[in-house]
Amino acid sequence: MLELDAITAGYEPRKPVIAGISLSVRPGESVGLLGPSGCGKSTLARVAALLHRPDAGRVVIDGTEATGWRHRAPRSQRTAFGVVFQQPRLSADPRLTLSALIAEPLRATGRAAEAADGAREFAARVGLGEDLLGRRPHEVSDGQLQRACVARALILRPRWLVCDEMTAMLDASTTAALVRVVEDYRADSGAGLLAVGHDRVLLERWCDRTVHWSEPAA
Amino acid sequence: MTTSTVDAVTTPVLDVRGLSVRFRMRGGRFIRAVTDAHFTLAAGERLALVGESGCGKSVLASALLGLLPENAETAGSAVLGGGPGAGGGSGPGGGSGPGGGTDLLAADERTLARSIRGRKVGLVPQSPAAHLTPVRTVRSQLEETVRELLRTPRAALRKTAEEVAERASFPADHLDRYPHELSGGLAQRAATALALIGDAPLLLADEPTTGLDRDLVERTVDELARHTGDSRALLMITHDLAAAERIADRIAVMYAGRIVEIADAGDFFGARGPRHPYARGLLDALPERHFTPTPGMPPELGALPEGCAFAERCARVSEKCRVQPLFEDAVACHHVSLDAPEALEAEHA
Ligand SMILES: Nc1ncnc2c1ncn2[C@@H]1O[C@H](COP(=O)(O)OP(=O)(O)O)[C@@H](O)[C@H]1O
Ligand code: SF4
Ligand SMILES: [Mg+2]
Repeated sequence: MLELDAITAGYEPRKPVIAGISLSVRPGESVGLLGPSGCGKSTLARVAALLHRPDAGRVVIDGTEATGWRHRAPRSQRTAFGVVFQQPRLSADPRLTLSALIAEPLRATGRAAEAADGAREFAARVGLGEDLLGRRPHEVSDGQLQRACVARALILRPRWLVCDEMTAMLDASTTAALVRVVEDYRADSGAGLLAVGHDRVLLERWCDRTVHWSEPAA
Repeated sequence: MTTSTVDAVTTPVLDVRGLSVRFRMRGGRFIRAVTDAHFTLAAGERLALVGESGCGKSVLASALLGLLPENAETAGSAVLGGGPGAGGGSGPGGGSGPGGGTDLLAADERTLARSIRGRKVGLVPQSPAAHLTPVRTVRSQLEETVRELLRTPRAALRKTAEEVAERASFPADHLDRYPHELSGGLAQRAATALALIGDAPLLLADEPTTGLDRDLVERTVDELARHTGDSRALLMITHDLAAAERIADRIAVMYAGRIVEIADAGDFFGARGPRHPYARGLLDALPERHFTPTPGMPPELGALPEGCAFAERCARVSEKCRVQPLFEDAVACHHVSLDAPEALEAEHA
């Protein structure tokens, strides 16, 4: 279970972007969080994925309360999450080849020996062929780069996925393809999903249930 | 071609024939970003150019603005404002096309800078925040463009800039803000206001709604449609099919650098559905329809196959498809079928 309990968070003291928000996702469940831009849903997603420390409230991951965020989070908790953002160019190191990008989490957790095989396996899952793996981000399209970012999010086989507007920049076919990759992964791993976005039709089709920002406490 | 009879009354604002763009790369390789595009745009018409990222849409737009990089080579023509009554004014080096218009591919940089960009073609850019100068307020940017394009005297600049802002529904009380102090929607309106200043007959919008909420997408494209009115033509480049459906009269579908289908928007999104298998797949991928992706990815533009570029992913592929299909009767496919049972079914899914 991923529990967000009365979360208050923001970027400046005394100016919370979100205040007292609660939301939980059961193991294996997919929850879509719908809301307009600027409402704070991305902030909540970052708190959930242990990337942003809240000012108040608790995050409980599979029964254990989170006590550290970002690099201060214990490795076992940090690696429980796979995260995909809207803009692949902002979250991809431009110096890395796609292969290195996909394998980054393996290297960062001292598993460099598995990098080459892991990158190949997960690249195949997202439909990236060998010919693209040696390229750098500026040599591929947004859609191809986002495929690599999804592979990177899955490579440590996380129990929880957080996708923040994962497909907002993508065309319909790439959107459907990446949603399918995520759903195939969830079907064989049992991972839970928090998908944040503003596209109601997409989230309702994708997720078990959707929650509107005006009424998260679910 | 879509329009077979072009008479004096309906002379297109833009007439694109056989437009190709390729980039010369190291080692003598070429990237064929746009191949043999044909389309026309009349006043009052709104054409949406759709296709997945990297298929060549932005390169086509850059070609129309004369903004291609050094290593680009072009072929074909893109004549703006041909025919009688069009205010030529192209002058020397204007690359005049049939009927006295300006061939945007042949025009020199001086002509493009002085009489085309902003004046004949207004660009609503892909990322407005990046297009606006970060260190200057919206007011000062509007005033500068007003002075440049309209030669408005200093004393009247302030008032004209405010009128221009209002035309794009940009709120007057935000004029003294810097671009980073604007929401995505307001930045988009500021960029639109800039694009409208020269009263250009052709509006070119490259992914004007990327990253915006559905509400804002709708508002933005509605505003573009309103600005197009009866006297301008709009070419909107987008990967957002819902945005295209909302305002376009016609849809042009691009795949691997080629326009593979041009259709009436009503037919394309309605019961008939798209005729090209790629376009069919694009609609089927929508979450409100089948939500099924077309397998695979488009070929590299630097290594296009001999025949139809969609063959590797196409369910209807046959021997014939080893030969590039011609763009005939508004579609480029050897196996076009007119009935569209899947599309009908999908509407009820
Ligand atoms: N200056 C350039 N040199 C070489 N290739 C380029 C250049 N600019 C764009 N391309 C390539 O042209 C193709 C089409 O790109 P683009 O028009 O931006 O696609 P879209 O707008 O449809 O997403 C891509 O393969 C892209 O990498
Ligand atoms: S020409 Fe052949 S391969 Fe290409 S889209 Fe038509 S049927 Fe498919
Ligand atoms: Mg583009």
